[in-house]
Amino acid sequence: MKKIVALVLALAMILTMSAALADGIKVGIINLDPAESGYREANVKDLQNTFTAENGYDATFITAPTADKQLEAANTLINSEVKYLLVSAAEATGWDDVLAAAQEAGVKVFLFDRMIDCDPSLYTAAVVSDMAKEGETAVAWLESLGLEEYKILHIQGQLGSAAQIGRSTALQNKCAADDKWTIVREGTGGDSWDPNEARKIAEAALNAGEDFNIVYAENDGMADGVVAALDAAGKTHGVDKDIIIMGFDCNKWALRKLLAGEWNYDGQCSPFQAGVIDGMIKKLEAGEAIEGLNELNQIISEEKGFDARTITEDDINTYGLGE
Amino acid sequence: MTGKRRKGGVLSDLMIPLIAIGILILFNLIRDPGFFSISLSTNNSGNAVLTGNLISIIDSASELAIIAMGMTLVTAATGGQDISVGAVGAITGSVFVQVLKGSGDITAGTVVLGFLACCLVTVLFTSFNGVLVAFFRIQPMIATLILFSCGRSIAYWITGSATPQLESPIIKAMGMTIPGIPVPTPIFMVILVGLLLLLFFKTSNIRLYTESVGINQGASRLNGINPTLIKLLSFIVLGVCVAVAGVISTCRLGQVSHKTLLIDIEMDAILAVAIGGNSLGGGRFRLSGSILGAYIIQMLTTTLYAMSVAPANVKAYKAIVIILIVVAGSPVIKTALSSFWHRLKNNRAGAVSREVN
Repeated sequence: MKKIVALVLALAMILTMSAALADGIKVGIINLDPAESGYREANVKDLQNTFTAENGYDATFITAPTADKQLEAANTLINSEVKYLLVSAAEATGWDDVLAAAQEAGVKVFLFDRMIDCDPSLYTAAVVSDMAKEGETAVAWLESLGLEEYKILHIQGQLGSAAQIGRSTALQNKCAADDKWTIVREGTGGDSWDPNEARKIAEAALNAGEDFNIVYAENDGMADGVVAALDAAGKTHGVDKDIIIMGFDCNKWALRKLLAGEWNYDGQCSPFQAGVIDGMIKKLEAGEAIEGLNELNQIISEEKGFDARTITEDDINTYGLGE
Repeated sequence: MTGKRRKGGVLSDLMIPLIAIGILILFNLIRDPGFFSISLSTNNSGNAVLTGNLISIIDSASELAIIAMGMTLVTAATGGQDISVGAVGAITGSVFVQVLKGSGDITAGTVVLGFLACCLVTVLFTSFNGVLVAFFRIQPMIATLILFSCGRSIAYWITGSATPQLESPIIKAMGMTIPGIPVPTPIFMVILVGLLLLLFFKTSNIRLYTESVGINQGASRLNGINPTLIKLLSFIVLGVCVAVAGVISTCRLGQVSHKTLLIDIEMDAILAVAIGGNSLGGGRFRLSGSILGAYIIQMLTTTLYAMSVAPANVKAYKAIVIILIVVAGSPVIKTALSSFWHRLKNNRAGAVSREVN
């Protein structure tokens, strides 16, 4: 039902937009459902605020939660002769044909937020977070604590997404390499980043009497779900408490929990790629070349991790997402 | 006369759920003698809380038990079920969050206000179902399919954001424990709703009317009962139950996730009604059976968790056990069992009389 509504809205948008603003730069933007998480909400808003008519664009926004809907939307946009196509892919694979078709039709493709497994020549540039580095930063922080034992409850995000793969891989590699590190139990939101699923996984681990001292949750909402289960089970968590809580995305509410000492770590994942892409398109339109890309045609966003012991109110206002 | 019939019926009605819960308890005790042990620990807010699997079961089953009570009434009156309770619960949660965010500070007053708003909105939605079922005589499952499919979109439309947060000691007290009281608050809510319904039935003839409408609508009308009104009333009661459950579930996490708040609870609620020995075709009903059913379902889940079954796989294992319970409670098996029982008794009586001779 929701998908149908979204599609109808998207189609209505295409019609009204193309009718009203025929003279802007035609851009098609395929994103994920803003209801997915606080990260996505901020990401969608950022794009909408950047690719406006005032800024010289005639943009079509389509948000679709699944890979098949996204591919469908991509074909529709290519057929409606957009000049630039911006994509944040639900799944990293399966895009080759569509991207080749775009190239043939002369549509320039930009990837944002999430990478796609394909030949780098199929897209002009990718403005992404280095999810593997996010994971490595988090693991390095954890290691710097110098604990005697690392018994980890690992809550994975939406399986197959670049964020999940990057953040999981760093932890899994470390656990495979170091005997002191064990994943006591791992669970996943399956097809989602759902806090309730995370709570259930934590409840199950607690019911089974599992002993863990670290919660490595791959986004803020999921960390919050685990914390609710810990509170109900009378386990303490946070700075100088029994269980270390780690999250990702840096929502403002999550950073406030760091400041209050209830969580220990939050890894940043910048949702603000619109400005960079806007700059690149403007350059291409002026006939200039894009600079600063690496061998995979990427521009990597600078990101950091926050420690509850050092975070400040200023950090929250500068780096926090949402309200 | 009727009192006598009921009294005789209690055990046979509740036989299957009682046996099921007995087997589950026994199974857990054999598997792990300490399974039901309870201990007192201090959580992050500095509150003493009772913890242990038993507490976890009773606490986690709260929303299900409350919704199952309402579902029992709807089932009895209409002979059908409301499958939109999960989606409507998500709307409840969204309304609760919106009211509290809109009123600024979260105080006892605004929480009460928010809860009343939730009751009003939720009852409006379930009454919509009720009107379709009672007045337009649409099959309950079809009528409630509408909100089942669009309710969560409405919930998202109300909040307009992915996972709005509520941060307040009052919310924590409602979803977890009140400082100084180590028992989780949701458990008290189940008792409260149960007592209110009991009072409602004791002080009115609603129970009798509902059962008679469920058994024979035409005959009830001839006896001066208004079936439309009784059916609608059952949906209103369900609405209040869903409102309470939705608020509890929202307070547990302090946030609303419109996609997953009370997800799939409709199916568990219908199951709880069925396991509790109530006929899904309407008529006579027993609230205690449905409540027992809710705890059986949760105990099953927790048992599977304790056996290290992954949450994603729990449903499959649960299905197997539930099939067994439902089949054991089916009329065919029940009749076979009771005739077997009688034969056994007669044989034994025969044996005894032979011995005496």
